[in-house]
Amino acid sequence: MSEIENVSRRRFLTGGMIAAGALVLGVRYYGKLSWGDQLPHDTNADHATLHPNVYLGIEPDGTVWIVASRSEMGTTSRTTLPLVVADELDADWKRVKIEQAIGDKRYGDQNTDGSHSIRSFYDAMREAGATARFMLIQAAAREWGVPATECETDLHAVVHRATNRRAGYGDLATAAAKLPVPKREELKLKPKSAWRYVGKGQVSYDLEALVTGKATYGMDARVDGMVYASVEHPPVLGGKVKTYEDKEALKIAGVRQTVSIDPFQQAPAFQPLGGIAVIADNTWAAFQGRKKLNISWDNGTNETYNSDAYKNELRATSHNPCKVVRSIGDADAVFAKGGKIHEADYYVPLLAHASMEPMVALAEFKEGKATLWAPTQNPQAVQDIVSKELGIPKEDVICHVTLLGGGFGRKSKPDYVAEAAVLSKKMGRPVKVVWTREDDIKFDYYNAVASMYMKASLGANGKPTAWLQRSVFPPIPSIFDVNTVYGDPAHLQQGWTDIPYDLSNLRIENGPAKAHVRIGWLRSVANIYHAFAIQCFTDELAHATGRDPLDYVLDLIGNPRTIDFKGVEYPNYGASMEVYPWETGRLRRVTEMVAEKSGWGKRKHGKGTGVGIAAHRSFLTYVATVVAVEVNDQGEVRIPRVDTVLDAGLVVNPEATRAQFEGAAVFGASVVRSGEITATKGAIDQSNFQDYPVARIGEAPYQTNVYIVDSDAPPAGVGEPGVPPFVAAFSNAIFAATGKRVRDLPITKLGLS
Amino acid sequence: MIQLKVNGIEQSFNGEPEMPLLWYLRDVLGLTGSKFGCGVGLCGACTVHVNGQATRSCVTPMRDAAGKEVTTIEGLDKNGLHPVQRAWMQINVPQCGYCQVGQIMQAAALLNSKKKPADHEIDEAMSGNICRCGTYQRIRAAIKAAAGEMT
Repeated sequence: MSEIENVSRRRFLTGGMIAAGALVLGVRYYGKLSWGDQLPHDTNADHATLHPNVYLGIEPDGTVWIVASRSEMGTTSRTTLPLVVADELDADWKRVKIEQAIGDKRYGDQNTDGSHSIRSFYDAMREAGATARFMLIQAAAREWGVPATECETDLHAVVHRATNRRAGYGDLATAAAKLPVPKREELKLKPKSAWRYVGKGQVSYDLEALVTGKATYGMDARVDGMVYASVEHPPVLGGKVKTYEDKEALKIAGVRQTVSIDPFQQAPAFQPLGGIAVIADNTWAAFQGRKKLNISWDNGTNETYNSDAYKNELRATSHNPCKVVRSIGDADAVFAKGGKIHEADYYVPLLAHASMEPMVALAEFKEGKATLWAPTQNPQAVQDIVSKELGIPKEDVICHVTLLGGGFGRKSKPDYVAEAAVLSKKMGRPVKVVWTREDDIKFDYYNAVASMYMKASLGANGKPTAWLQRSVFPPIPSIFDVNTVYGDPAHLQQGWTDIPYDLSNLRIENGPAKAHVRIGWLRSVANIYHAFAIQCFTDELAHATGRDPLDYVLDLIGNPRTIDFKGVEYPNYGASMEVYPWETGRLRRVTEMVAEKSGWGKRKHGKGTGVGIAAHRSFLTYVATVVAVEVNDQGEVRIPRVDTVLDAGLVVNPEATRAQFEGAAVFGASVVRSGEITATKGAIDQSNFQDYPVARIGEAPYQTNVYIVDSDAPPAGVGEPGVPPFVAAFSNAIFAATGKRVRDLPITKLGLS
Repeated sequence: MIQLKVNGIEQSFNGEPEMPLLWYLRDVLGLTGSKFGCGVGLCGACTVHVNGQATRSCVTPMRDAAGKEVTTIEGLDKNGLHPVQRAWMQINVPQCGYCQVGQIMQAAALLNSKKKPADHEIDEAMSGNICRCGTYQRIRAAIKAAAGEMT
């Protein structure tokens, strides 16, 4: 239940952004509000039950302030959520100013991940806009002495057509601020036909700043008196400094001193990794000083980790019975009967995020309080970890969120921000920590390495009579508890327990794997390796039985139905199964549509060319993708065309959604072509773009066509769901073009050349 | 003492001559439009023009910038309306935007030397600039749009 309260007369918001007398609304969930005379970062017990998720202010001059509470890393959520508010408010977008929120639990969840910004905040944003609109109408009606029901709004103004009167929102703001806030039941949301912006979209609010170099990322944050820091981390996770010598480092011009950072206490979570920081007058001097450090390390227990041997261990585990996470019928009984059996192992290595902006944060610890400027996806997690590291109350941690130079899940983990805070406290002055690209690649929270074993028994028509799938991967919760070895429901659900096929005998298993590096969320997470295994295995079965891959996958998806997860732990991405049921008919529809759009079966494929298809639901969005490839005699792979169809329910910002799916194809191209992190004696082998290449312009799809299904279903995710089906479809296309089956990613060892 | 011109303004630098131009621009002059992405000239986020040539400022030591004219995104057009910037907005290229300044500087240099680049020429010229968000097809389209405007 969300409540909205008029907080205009209370001390509110930072920086004098909202003028006195302005109408200010806070939408929040749960409980009663008791703001007292607190600034928003002064969170306390009263606030703990409040989860405001939007602030909206209207100035007497007509300016509408909308607070973006979620982080902007390129998905346009900083624009799209305020756009929903503006639509319900019937505001003129040109008069809207967006203000980025600091980390504060009153906004509700601020962890901008999981492709759920729109899904989780769409209703709240509408209510925020509708509430203000209601009050403005009431204020106008009172002033004119006419019934409110006779008034309506028309782009930033209230009008009474019968008497031809009109008042701008700015002129009404002061009077409206004196009125009681309507109850949710009193609100009248606009009908779809009256939507101004929702479904039509808008370019980024920051577009001009982005192309003129004026946008402020974490890398660009500055305060007076700040120094720069670069940190030499233990090369192996859990390692410690034995001894170190900084004499040569201190000789570098501009280097001031070195500072030791304690190693983390198990489990790592979001703590700093520890090591030696070089403090300098500029970034470059700090980098140079680091190269002159002489450190002797105690590498700890993860020194035994070698990724080649680890791959074999995962595979061996997957070849034996594991923990059953879902079972239908009796797959073993069918396998025991013999017949045509098809088996395959699939493998996806550790993947690094490699956002273009490396980790960076600026911290100022002063008078017992910490102020941070950081490109973070999760400012409340910053508050948590900085509070713990510095031993100060959470409300004394103020986290300003800059623009993010990419995130992809890495910047949900604020270890680098905590590092800056710790250093600022030690130095007694503002410190900006800048990670090098090498730090970024070597000290990531990697997408899990995963091995999948697939087995099917094929019936007369080629359809599987039994299906077994086992996945083994070090789970993300291992960063919070090092003894966690099994996949958790939140990640097993990602394209694994929810295999959408109509199968009478199905068993899904998961095996144990101990983590030796930090594992974390990366754009679409476990869906990458799960969809790769299932959708490529499907393609293999189609070819094994002489069926067309499109017809075959449609056959397996079967007739439209709602998947029954009785007895299965299926979190459904945190969404209600009633509101967001798993509807195979929608997956079927996007698959049929992408076949049509891509000209499946109609295009001629010469030597070295081919197409692949895959269909997958993730983050509540149904996607099907067809990838076309050309492989020349040198084994070089081009991607001339991608067609992708998505059903994400209501799409607020189609333009931004298309961009996300274009980008997802490029992200997926990197995964398939070259994405691979390996380790030797616990230390990561890769360091920069020469050994962790990501797709460049000629390696990316030349043209990605994105088609959005027109739907009135509730909104689902768009940032991540494009990646998993692309990875599988691209792999299947390579087989179609070359006859070489992609079972291990990346394709560098496939021998195409 | 190293003398150079940055966005038309005479500057002198008496610091470490090995310091890369990028860090001079960012940390000393406070021109933060040019970005740090890799530090070794592999990603192009730091691209500026040195005497009109697209240059990776992260691997250009200050001693090599002596006597040169450096143009950064801040100086590409005083109103931020260079045809390439306009095309970038028209095609709605950026996602996170971090690499786009380098992409724009690279594209502007390309169009200075080649009025109507073909696809393969665009791909060749832009191959040193990484965009992790994956905006490449829009970059290609925007370069073509800007090329149309510049002739």
